[in-house]
Amino acid sequence: MLLVVEQFLNGLQFGLLLFLLAAGLTLVFGIMDLVNLAHGSLYMMGAYFAATFAAWTGSFLLGALLALGATLVLGIVLEVSALRHLYGRDHLDHVLATFGLILFFNEAVRLIWGPAGLALPLPAWLTVPVPILPGIHYPAYRLAIIIVALLVALLLYLGVMRTRIGMLIRAGASNREMIGALGINIKLLYTLVFGLGAALAGLAGLMQAPILTVQIGMGENILILAFVIIVIGGIGSIRGAFLAAIFVGMIDTLGRAFLPNLLRQVLSGAAASTAAPALSSMLIYLLMAIVLVVRPEGLFPAHRR
Amino acid sequence: MKGLSVSKAVTALMLAGLVLLPLYSYLSGNIFILTLFTRIVILALAAASLNLIMGFGGMMSFGHAAYLGIGGYAVGMLAQEGVGSGFIQFPVALAASAIYALVIGALSLRTRGVYFIMITLAFAQMAYYVASGLARYGGDDGLTVYKRSDFSGLINLSNRTQFYYLCLACLFGVIFLIWRIVNSRFGLVVQGLRSNEQRMQAIGFPAKRYQLVCFVISGTMCGLAGALLANNTDFVSPAVMYWTRSGDLMVMVILGGMGTLFGPVMGAVVYLLLEEFLSQITEYWALIMGPLLLLIVLFGRGGIMGLLGRIGRG
Repeated sequence: MLLVVEQFLNGLQFGLLLFLLAAGLTLVFGIMDLVNLAHGSLYMMGAYFAATFAAWTGSFLLGALLALGATLVLGIVLEVSALRHLYGRDHLDHVLATFGLILFFNEAVRLIWGPAGLALPLPAWLTVPVPILPGIHYPAYRLAIIIVALLVALLLYLGVMRTRIGMLIRAGASNREMIGALGINIKLLYTLVFGLGAALAGLAGLMQAPILTVQIGMGENILILAFVIIVIGGIGSIRGAFLAAIFVGMIDTLGRAFLPNLLRQVLSGAAASTAAPALSSMLIYLLMAIVLVVRPEGLFPAHRR
Repeated sequence: MKGLSVSKAVTALMLAGLVLLPLYSYLSGNIFILTLFTRIVILALAAASLNLIMGFGGMMSFGHAAYLGIGGYAVGMLAQEGVGSGFIQFPVALAASAIYALVIGALSLRTRGVYFIMITLAFAQMAYYVASGLARYGGDDGLTVYKRSDFSGLINLSNRTQFYYLCLACLFGVIFLIWRIVNSRFGLVVQGLRSNEQRMQAIGFPAKRYQLVCFVISGTMCGLAGALLANNTDFVSPAVMYWTRSGDLMVMVILGGMGTLFGPVMGAVVYLLLEEFLSQITEYWALIMGPLLLLIVLFGRGGIMGLLGRIGRG
């Protein structure tokens, strides 16, 4: 029982984290029609910035805030200097150019921070276990991630659905030329959306940093997961991304936690313990393949609202 | 007309260089360059196969590295089980790739555009994780191929020069095949589908069936590259199927010039030589390679072949 609740919360936490990453990706994809493989690099940069700034300032929170600002600025610089020129080009061009950016970021990190990973230690008040149900404790930091991510998701929802900028963003997703023709400064809007996406990726990276080690290439695996999520959810749909992210987070975590035991009932011990991790990693891709075969445009296609 | 001749001249020069390379390696005593170029030729073969569906067929597969792994594992697993004959290993590698391509092609071709890119990626990642789970064949750590494929005296794969020429012959054979396919009625239908699927369907062509056949041919060709690659490195691991490897193949095709016969070969040669050259100058070669790719996309439309065409005209 305790294990089930704990793994369930872990799945929720991982799913919410994936949502932060997928939200930025789906916004950029839906609005600028840009396939940004370098989104995972922004996630990595968020983690590196946080580890560095936290070490400088000696405060976890201050480091996190500075890192958030730094990834926002980095995203804006990236958009203005390079990616802006790719809008309207073929998707293949996007893949190639942002693939180049991944190479660049990975190498730049190796040059600046060295090949060994960094650690981002947590402050004492975030390491205590918190009782959530009678007799069940859960790490405070993971709980904090869930709360922060839910808050951000709520803010994002309110921002996109209830503010003027959000209205422009939605308008941009459904018809780009038209809102340009109506006199909206679409260049500025694009830069803003990209910066927002970058900051969300950075937030995901810096929150994940204390749980995993901060290392080169950390963005690549999770980027593919984020792509899977936005494809399952339907490109451009934040609601779809949210549901798909929770779903994928749950499947991944619960699969990893419980598949080994399930497999052990049918297979021999050794075979089960090697097959289980591979199988649970595959589950997500299997899910995506099934979704795409049944609904080739994802579960919630953005333009059919 | 003149533009055509510049790109033709460069292509001919490159092909002549590839044919004469073992001679240079022999005269200069530089063995390393032969090993390097064997790898280049094999990956050029893989890039050429990707170009068949991407450049001519308009199907953007982001999972092409899976066939490299399938071809490689077919050789590695059979060798592990004591089947050393290349006459068995290679047909099995090709058949396995063809079957995989048939299954994932049938499913993936239901989608289009970005969704097609993503679903082919998803299937390749699945293949990657399957290979990681094969405990009997090394799992994550990969599988060492202790003995290269044995062609019972016909050709010795452990001889560097013979192996190089085998790879080069395979490359030329595949390119000849692609040339014949592209200019056949079948190839014209596939290219027509790239330009306008609806119109082709209206004329009465079963679009998906044509695309699927093309997809399977391409996958089988890449499986051949995989079988050669396993022999070249004496090793196969899940890493050859990782999505960045598929990205590398795409880069080679686009860099060389999509939809041209020799573009992917040019792309593979330039990309891999550049990687080798930059990594000798600095440990941080990707720091230059990354922005270079970005610049190529921004300013170099049509890849190297397109550039050569423009030089000829300008």
